[in-house]
Amino acid sequence: MSLPQYDYVIIGAGPAGMAAAVEARQHGLNVLVLDEQPAVGGQIYRNIEDLEEQRPDEFQKLGADYQEAFELAQRFRASGAEYRPGRSIWQIDPDLTLYHIGQDGGPSETCHAQRILIATGAMERPMPFPGWTLPGVLACTAADVLYKSSGLLPRGEIVLLGSGPLLLLIACRLLDAGVKIAAYLDTNPHLAPFQALPYLPKALRGHEYLRKGIAMLWQMFTSGAKVHLGVTGLEADGEGHLQKVRFQQGSAPWKELPADLLLLHHGVVPNIQITRQLGCEHTWYEKQRYWEPVLDQWGNTSIENVAVAGDSGRVCGSANSVLTGRLAALETARALGKIDLAQQTALAAPLLKKQDQELAIRPFLDTLFPPRHPWLVPKNEETLVCRCEEVRVREIRDAVRLGALSPDRVKPMVRCGMGPCQARMCGLTVSEIIADERQVSPADVGYFRVRSPIKPVTLGQLTGVE
Amino acid sequence: MFQSPPNVAKTIQITFEEKTYQVAPAQTVAAALMGEGHLMLRKSLVSGETRAAFCMMGICFDCLLEIDGQPNQQSCMIQVREGMNIQRQLKKGECA
Ligand SMILES: Cc1cc2nc3c(=O)[nH]c(=O)nc-3n(C[C@H](O)[C@H](O)[C@H](O)COP(=O)(O)OP(=O)(O)OC[C@H]3O[C@@H](n4cnc5c(N)ncnc54)[C@H](O)[C@@H]3O)c2cc1C
Ligand code: FES
Repeated sequence: MSLPQYDYVIIGAGPAGMAAAVEARQHGLNVLVLDEQPAVGGQIYRNIEDLEEQRPDEFQKLGADYQEAFELAQRFRASGAEYRPGRSIWQIDPDLTLYHIGQDGGPSETCHAQRILIATGAMERPMPFPGWTLPGVLACTAADVLYKSSGLLPRGEIVLLGSGPLLLLIACRLLDAGVKIAAYLDTNPHLAPFQALPYLPKALRGHEYLRKGIAMLWQMFTSGAKVHLGVTGLEADGEGHLQKVRFQQGSAPWKELPADLLLLHHGVVPNIQITRQLGCEHTWYEKQRYWEPVLDQWGNTSIENVAVAGDSGRVCGSANSVLTGRLAALETARALGKIDLAQQTALAAPLLKKQDQELAIRPFLDTLFPPRHPWLVPKNEETLVCRCEEVRVREIRDAVRLGALSPDRVKPMVRCGMGPCQARMCGLTVSEIIADERQVSPADVGYFRVRSPIKPVTLGQLTGVE
Repeated sequence: MFQSPPNVAKTIQITFEEKTYQVAPAQTVAAALMGEGHLMLRKSLVSGETRAAFCMMGICFDCLLEIDGQPNQQSCMIQVREGMNIQRQLKKGECA
């Protein structure tokens, strides 16, 4: 059977993937876009088309960048790119054959691409502490998704924990929607603002972001929520679901708060599941303590004809995701002979200039909100690290003491990373714990080997796959 | 824990644990159930502790449900459909 052939297969219909598809279509490429979500928009612009149509008031409130993203979604729809929602990529072969299944249990299908763009975005950094598996404890972006996709708003005693611009943004969005936040537990170290100061002059070039940030801080501090700074310890507790949280600031005595909902955030990290499965080269980004694929300015990875755009390359926000998506598409147009190098250079110049402006604030933000202990390596040894197989900090440390010096060695001994999430929720923490136990950097410890299938596939779904 | 918005057209009927619900379209199963007050979705594989959707973006696999007879479906990724029949997975070790 001959496989469907495409010039360009793009994985992800977020800002990066949509922008790349539009650009690629302008140069006459034959494009397929696959995304496991039921609708376009990626994480930030979830459900954007339906939101604009069904809830125009809320859509307006979300701001000008949502209007822009809506227009991008419309251009994407009109671009002539083939778009298949609800399809999860579970394997890519070195010859660029892609395998994808239907989210609704539909059968696996296969296609072949000349070039591939991975635009799978970012995901929340795991933030383990005792009780983080209780119903009622959610990633803060989950609350954002519930709001954008269904208009659901949290109610009851709402506590936020963590640090970073996204937590603040989501908190303010909830406040704008009329939600009362009981407490905001900030985990950022007091020293971070001083360490970030040297990057301030450059960051001033992105002053619009700075202005927004200050406005959000002001809104949070004056909202009536109790703000606790420098939180270094947390425990969530309750019978079957969350009822209270206990927290500590430095060496001060623990305090307790009633809580119905606890929203967590410790920054987002690139989703590298596919680049890992393919065997692309990755490097450790020390400032934000995550792995990222090694890329050139066009997003090319170490594997020929495979590129990355958007936050799955490095977390730099949605505006930069659009730019990296377009740059990657220009590279593909050139590589497949649709434009020449001179045309590519000319078309890329304004994008690169904009990108320079867009990225000006990043060193400041990345230093202002450092991922930190004990949220990287939980102090309490009984904390669950692997939510699927329920593996604790203690078990991982014990395995290291017995000589398992890397995640792949620890894995068969304690089963962490063997559950359905395939280490998405524990991978970074496992590397951090091993590194801590060995007193080396996670860069020396490495990460789990990511194997296909990167999404669970049933035998039934495989019928017909050659 | 979560409050559904007033004035949305609830045009889709689903069945969850033998009870029927009218819910809004264009949302995922996990979101629809949370809107109906169902936070706890399953029991964990190993210890049997209660779990609920955590990430809402297909990462954590804590939202697994049996949908129309198919076990281990990521309910945060699947849109509600008319007549959908949804069950919790409560036995230990029931997960893939
Ligand atoms: C839940 C969430 C909410 C966020 N909200 C905001 C916000 O409100 N404001 C803000 O400034 N930033 C937000 N961010 C950060 C934001 O993700 C980025 O700045 C921006 O969305 C990145 O765009 P992207 O195109 O790189 O990826 P994304 O927008 O994340 O899009 C990636 C797409 O790839 C798809 N995908 C992933 N893996 C697969 C696979 N194996 N098979 C098929 N498809 C796949 C996903 O379904 C997704 O639609 C959020 C991040 C997350 C994780
Ligand atoms: S809630 Fe995390 S995978 Fe569905």
